Amino acid sequence: MNAVSDRANKQAGLLLGQRPAAAFAGQSESHSPASPATAGERVSDDAGEAKSTAAVENPFSPSPLERRKNRRERIAQWLLGYSAFMLVAPVLAILTYLVIKAWPVLGISFLLENPQKFMTAGGVWAPLVGTFFLVAISLLLAAPIGILGGVYLNEYAGNNWATRAVALGVTNLAGVPSIVHGLFGVAAFVALTGRPSVLAASCTLAVMSLPVIITSTREALSSVPMAFREACWNMGATRWQTIRTIVLPNSVGGILTGVIFEVTRAAGETAPILYTGALLFKRVPDHGWQSFFPYSLNDGCMALSMHLYTLATQVVGVSDQIQYGAAVVLIGLTLAVNSVSIGLRMYLRSRKKW
Amino acid sequence: MTMSHIRCENLTVAYGPKTALRGVSLDIPHRKIFAIIGPANSGKTTLLRCINRTIDFVATAKVDGRVLINGEDVNQIQDVYQLRRRVGMVFPLPIGLPLSVYENVAYAPRRAGIRDRTELDEIVETCLRQAMLWDEVKDRLDLLGTRLSGGQQQRLTLARALSLRPEILCLDEFSIAIDPVTTMRIEDILRELKNEMTIVLVTNLVQQARRLADYTAFLSASELIEAAETETIFTRPTNRLTERYVNGEFG
Repeated sequence: MNAVSDRANKQAGLLLGQRPAAAFAGQSESHSPASPATAGERVSDDAGEAKSTAAVENPFSPSPLERRKNRRERIAQWLLGYSAFMLVAPVLAILTYLVIKAWPVLGISFLLENPQKFMTAGGVWAPLVGTFFLVAISLLLAAPIGILGGVYLNEYAGNNWATRAVALGVTNLAGVPSIVHGLFGVAAFVALTGRPSVLAASCTLAVMSLPVIITSTREALSSVPMAFREACWNMGATRWQTIRTIVLPNSVGGILTGVIFEVTRAAGETAPILYTGALLFKRVPDHGWQSFFPYSLNDGCMALSMHLYTLATQVVGVSDQIQYGAAVVLIGLTLAVNSVSIGLRMYLRSRKKW
Repeated sequence: MTMSHIRCENLTVAYGPKTALRGVSLDIPHRKIFAIIGPANSGKTTLLRCINRTIDFVATAKVDGRVLINGEDVNQIQDVYQLRRRVGMVFPLPIGLPLSVYENVAYAPRRAGIRDRTELDEIVETCLRQAMLWDEVKDRLDLLGTRLSGGQQQRLTLARALSLRPEILCLDEFSIAIDPVTTMRIEDILRELKNEMTIVLVTNLVQQARRLADYTAFLSASELIEAAETETIFTRPTNRLTERYVNGEFG
């Protein structure tokens, strides 16, 4: 009995659910009062005793189907919104905590001073410069190879076993843990240069960055529709002419974004530089132009990520504030670089050409 | 009879296991409009792609038989880019390159090495006029080609195909995105253009073939059913299938 009327209600809901839309779609004023009655009749014809009287009186009252639909809509919205918040929450929590803890030392002098008194005082200038040099040199090495290799893989290489093997290699290289990269760096680059150095550490970071740069380059290139390339080839343009005039100008933003994101990853890594070039401490000039170029290529250097690790584990009697200060500088650097990348992407999207 | 401009000899194309053309032999004479009609999936586009070797882009395609242009086998041509400059091609999807309208039309001439600005200006204006687009865009040649409407982009594609004064112009459904009045005007242009180039016209509009073409070929299910003068195809076709198709009884 109950089940029968339930089904009838559902049918009524289906019929009635469609009707208001139909009324809006073009039925004239005089027709619409008639239609609820027709629908009601059809319901009682179909299922005898089912009386959706409320629906007959008010054609706009929600049917069971609509109520279910609305309920699911609310649940979905709430669930998705909650998940989105959970993405942001850890970032905000970490940032707030770090900034509060480090507040007393934060200031421009913390950035510009070298560590003093066995690293229990002073700032982070030496590690900051070290990180800058490591990242810059690793990018100079990895970006050209990565971008050009990505262009080759995406635009020239056919779909054969050799290409697939290279693609597989790139994917696996991206999955290699960073400490393994570090050990590889010891075996390959440190052995080559004789001792841990800026150059060896940069080379190790470059090897680690390569697969990411290749992958993001390929993604950026494949976002340019194939139809554009075919249109060019149809007019007798060579592959390189097509790449130079159409593909690259329209994917350079995506390529740059990928490279910039890789900067922040390389800046934050400790394991690859641990044995290849990063030092616990190095005395560097405090003033003058030498303070901007404190390291030579075949000497070790300090680096922010390494410095943070050292402060936290190796130094006796260092205040919490300095440790957290170093962490804020590192995370601030990451956020700043990422903001540049996001800003660049927004700018390029605003002038997207198709 | 003089040598035909394009000659297909026993042309067979397969995409993997699927045959798209089976043993098509066809002669397309110089400076005529040659229409290819037939239902969907009958291999019309594939035939066009064999002429300028854009079939090469389809990795799975396997081509047997020969296509000769002026007696020269297109597969023996060393400089395939030069071949594609000689054979203009318009595909049914309107594609404006993400460049200005001007640069869209000047694209191919530039790539072919034309640097002189006045020469480029002249080419751009001529081609846009012939594609019936000049009046609509002459005051905004720096507008992005991708910002034009679908029909305008389609005419832009036509202008691009004309920009190298090809000896063969292949049109694949060039008019589906273009309004009837403009289509008629472009058809008039095509009748003029055939004084300087051979036009191969693939169309689903049987009446367009009848209006325009000197010769018509009817393809069905990957095979050439018959090819003859347009008048013959439409009034006295030898094949029953052709008769039914041109009379709109199937397709």
